[in-house]
Amino acid sequence: MKKILIRHESFLAFAIILFSIIITLINPSFFTLENFFDLLKSFSLTGTFAIGMLFVLISGGIDLSFTAIATVSGYTIAVLLLNMGDRLNIFLIFLIAGVIGVSLGILNGAIIDLFKIPSMITTIATSNIFYGLLTVITKGKWLYGFPTWFGDFAQIRVITVRTAEGWPYGLSIITLIWIVLLLAAWFILKFTVLGRSIYAMGSSPVSAQRAGFNLRRLHLFVYGFMGLMAGFGSVIQALLVQTVAPNSLVGKEMDVIAAVVLGGASLTGGTGTVLGALLGVTLLGILGNGMTLMHVPSLWYKVIIGVVILVSVSFTAYRRKQSIRKRVITE
Amino acid sequence: MTRKFSQIHVLLIVMVVVILTMWILTGSDFLNPGNFQSMAYQMPELGILTLAMMIPMLTAGINLSIIATANLSGIVMALILTSETSLQASGWQSILIVAGAILVGFIIAALIGAINGYFIAYLELPPILASLGMMVMLNGISIVITQGYVISGFPDAMLEIGSADILGIPVPFLLLLICAGIVSLVLNWTPTGTRIYMIGSNPIACFYSGVNNKNVLLRTYMLSGILSGVAAVVMTSRFNSAKADYGESYLLLTVLASVLGGVSASGGFGKVSGVLISLIILQMVSSGLNLMGISNFLTLALWGFILLLVMIIKFLIEKYQQKRH
Amino acid sequence: MAEPFLSLKQVSKHYAGVTALDKINFEINPGEIHCLAGENGSGKSTMIKIISGTVKADPGSVIEINGIPIHSMSAMDAINRGIQVIYQDLSSFPNLTVAENIALDYFVANHRKIVNWNELNQIAERAQSRIGVHLPLDANVNEISIADQQLAAICRAMTRDVKLLIMDEPTSSLTKREVDSLLSVVLEMKAKGISTIFVSHKLNEVLQIADRVSVLRDGAMIGTYPAKELDNDSLTFLMTGVKVAYEPFQATGNRDHPILKLNHLSRKGEYQDISLDLYPGEILGLTGLLGSGRTELALSIFGKTQPDQGEILMDGKPVTIKSIQDALKYGIAYVPEDRLIQGLVTTQSVGQNIILTTLDQMTTRRHLLDSAKIRDSIAHWVKDLSIKVPSVQSPVQTLSGGNQQRVVLAKWIAANPKILILDGPTIGIDVAAKRSIHEIIRGLARKGISVIMISEEIPEVYHNCSRILVMHKGCLMKTFVTQDTSIDEIQNYVNGTV
Repeated sequence: MKKILIRHESFLAFAIILFSIIITLINPSFFTLENFFDLLKSFSLTGTFAIGMLFVLISGGIDLSFTAIATVSGYTIAVLLLNMGDRLNIFLIFLIAGVIGVSLGILNGAIIDLFKIPSMITTIATSNIFYGLLTVITKGKWLYGFPTWFGDFAQIRVITVRTAEGWPYGLSIITLIWIVLLLAAWFILKFTVLGRSIYAMGSSPVSAQRAGFNLRRLHLFVYGFMGLMAGFGSVIQALLVQTVAPNSLVGKEMDVIAAVVLGGASLTGGTGTVLGALLGVTLLGILGNGMTLMHVPSLWYKVIIGVVILVSVSFTAYRRKQSIRKRVITE
Repeated sequence: MTRKFSQIHVLLIVMVVVILTMWILTGSDFLNPGNFQSMAYQMPELGILTLAMMIPMLTAGINLSIIATANLSGIVMALILTSETSLQASGWQSILIVAGAILVGFIIAALIGAINGYFIAYLELPPILASLGMMVMLNGISIVITQGYVISGFPDAMLEIGSADILGIPVPFLLLLICAGIVSLVLNWTPTGTRIYMIGSNPIACFYSGVNNKNVLLRTYMLSGILSGVAAVVMTSRFNSAKADYGESYLLLTVLASVLGGVSASGGFGKVSGVLISLIILQMVSSGLNLMGISNFLTLALWGFILLLVMIIKFLIEKYQQKRH
Repeated sequence: MAEPFLSLKQVSKHYAGVTALDKINFEINPGEIHCLAGENGSGKSTMIKIISGTVKADPGSVIEINGIPIHSMSAMDAINRGIQVIYQDLSSFPNLTVAENIALDYFVANHRKIVNWNELNQIAERAQSRIGVHLPLDANVNEISIADQQLAAICRAMTRDVKLLIMDEPTSSLTKREVDSLLSVVLEMKAKGISTIFVSHKLNEVLQIADRVSVLRDGAMIGTYPAKELDNDSLTFLMTGVKVAYEPFQATGNRDHPILKLNHLSRKGEYQDISLDLYPGEILGLTGLLGSGRTELALSIFGKTQPDQGEILMDGKPVTIKSIQDALKYGIAYVPEDRLIQGLVTTQSVGQNIILTTLDQMTTRRHLLDSAKIRDSIAHWVKDLSIKVPSVQSPVQTLSGGNQQRVVLAKWIAANPKILILDGPTIGIDVAAKRSIHEIIRGLARKGISVIMISEEIPEVYHNCSRILVMHKGCLMKTFVTQDTSIDEIQNYVNGTV
């Protein structure tokens, strides 16, 4: 299985390289440092959500409420920024968004664990509750006009390069935040007992319980972590577009799930890696960017994404069947 | 057995509570026949789509592409209906063209269902992923066909479907009842229906009992597709238009309505009657709040809350019953 | 001899008025290999749950470890005192590596936060070498054989300083060779002073290396005996309290034309060059070890797989059986070995299960289900096979093993088969229920149905079949006429020692 997974990741990497070559052949501006930095920045929102979703999928669950959670935390920080923006700083903003995200996530985890309601059902219900109540309270207003420091922060470049014409570009701080989150997630999953316990629980909940794992704690952690990523994602979204709208994220759950599943995470739990999720986000992101650069009408974007998902899922199913067949013969 | 029993009971109690609450809060408005008629106009869209979601869920699957299927087949119907000839036609001719357009829409919906079924039954893709990919692709095709615009302006015969009533019963509601009747007939009174439940509980044992699982799953997703096609007729005629992204917010609500109606998220259990009661509860909450002039979004929140409440009560009842044994 | 590691004195357990265990006395010495035998429902599992701390014994019961009475013991306490259970499903984590499966417990138990992969591998390595096995530590557990998974589970226990290892039905899905290597590991543990309890109802293999055997029946301890003094028959008698006397079955049908004939049937990696004749109304025995190809052959006759070579003839005419639906059309039925997964839809009702194979015949002229026909058919089969069930609406999972097997049989007899293949027809069924299942099968044969009975219990085929085929490593070793042979002779062919 591990070998298959590694192969899965190399297949993805291969597909990404192939697409990159094709796009570059048609429009060389794809393969430039400037576009590379832009791409990374544009991945950071889906990428952050994908980290949380990865944890949930590995644990054997699913979360359809993270966009609603992100909307709630995004709205809260937007209101705070508008009313007392001068007394806040970026750390406080991340902290507040994170706390809101974690609280709502833990609420999901608690319902799932206490009442044994399937995670999909629980999160569909809570998603309606979070999103419905938020929209009632806020009346669906768009919020914009944040303090200048908030806009300035989004423009910070960690590495700055200049184009031939002298325009500056480079690695955005937003990308850096995402990369830090990726590394943290990778460390948790790979090198902590907590991370390995999540794999163990997703792999076999019964065995995990017998082995003395605290499943309640794991559930609370996983959904709380998804909430944290949703909260951070909402800040990233606010930084990227400098507006907060109640309906800009809800309905995008499936895009994130598709990216993570493309990256090799299984809906039955126990499998998935940060690298895979990163590659899944990259593949879907590059397709979008590439189509723009190749002057494919944006109308076709979804058709192609749909085909890519279907082909990739079929391919995975086909390979699984082959490997089962092979094993039967060799035994 | 006791499991299904308790959930229907809980649902009936919830329904009575909702009726009483709405009655007290809105006064006579709620029990007014006009209100019931308007509920009967609103319920069918979500209702028919919920039936389309329910059947795959009984086989322990899911069909995330129902809305996308409905939109695409609605768009194709709309294209036929807004063509020169159909707009110039009159009388019987016009009715024939409308019937033809609907038929083409159904065929497309059934075909999409069959493709879903093929992916899930024959290529053995996980239903959630196969139908997710299908959803995105169909949605894309719809966007390409419509260039992202609305197609509108249908012959009167088409609009009648969404607005007419027979003996005071709105046609869309009749369509919902017919669909519910057919689904109930298939599930309870045909060999395929029994097999759908059995496959939902244990596909391996069915396979060893000579059940053609692949064929049953193919039929399941085709039926789900056709029901999406019926939903498309109701949606296009009520909106007098078709678009690539109509009703997208319904998708997870159909899962909510199914589960609230007692459909097990792990397959094998669930009845049409439960789903109908669940739909009635949801519609009454929505209409009641509407009468009080409260935002639609509170309705969403309340729906989510009712689902959680019913699931928690069900859990507690089961726990209590286990303890007694 | 030193004092026992663990002793139970007057241990009882009542569940809601039902006596699960009645004043049990039991002890196990350090380094002892002890078998715990008993039928389903005899109290074996309750006793294991009490020893492992997952269930509390009734007041008045005394549990002593190293001579010190233990007043209350949680599951964690039990593990900390060196008592571990390996359940039948092995409690492994299929998507994790062997090394992690072995060592992860250790990290969790010691409240470690960070996983040091070098250390983890060393722990796994050490655990392996303690019992002298070599497993592919980097492979995922779902890639290795059940036998290796079992060894990994033992290694896992080793990381926690185990003193008493309880193994629940450890040999039920292992081949002969795998059982031997498991036993050598257990002997290795014995040498290190670790005690082992085997919980099993199939004790042939285990008896060779066991020191003592304790037998439970209906919640009472019948006694503890030196293993050397017992054999299979005396053990069965102790477990059931009844002497089983079989009368051999006499086939009645004519023997002129075989209803089924296999000519040199082969399928790569499964079975080779199998030829056999099956006559109407006979019960043909097919025996062999796990992996001998017995089930694989049956699945080819049943249309689940297709043979690569050879031909299948029915009533003298060659047929190709491409699917299970084809097999049904030809009147071939198959009762699978794994009753709960392959045989029954356990969450659904008895009635639904019974009509599953005959749904297409249960219709009116309009192709709708005919509820009267269905009701009659279900009632007929429930009565015919005397299935004991409160209501035909009850889920199958609420029935006893014997009654569940009757439901499977009913499902297939309802399909009116000419050939009935039974794979392990009485696995996990109590002796009394076993006999009545055998009676049902004999009755079917008398009605002219041809039965192939696949079983690894040689006495079962010996007493019920007129002819017995023995398979070994995919080949047909020999065909016996039952009255000309003995159980021992068949056993030798089964083990491949001829």
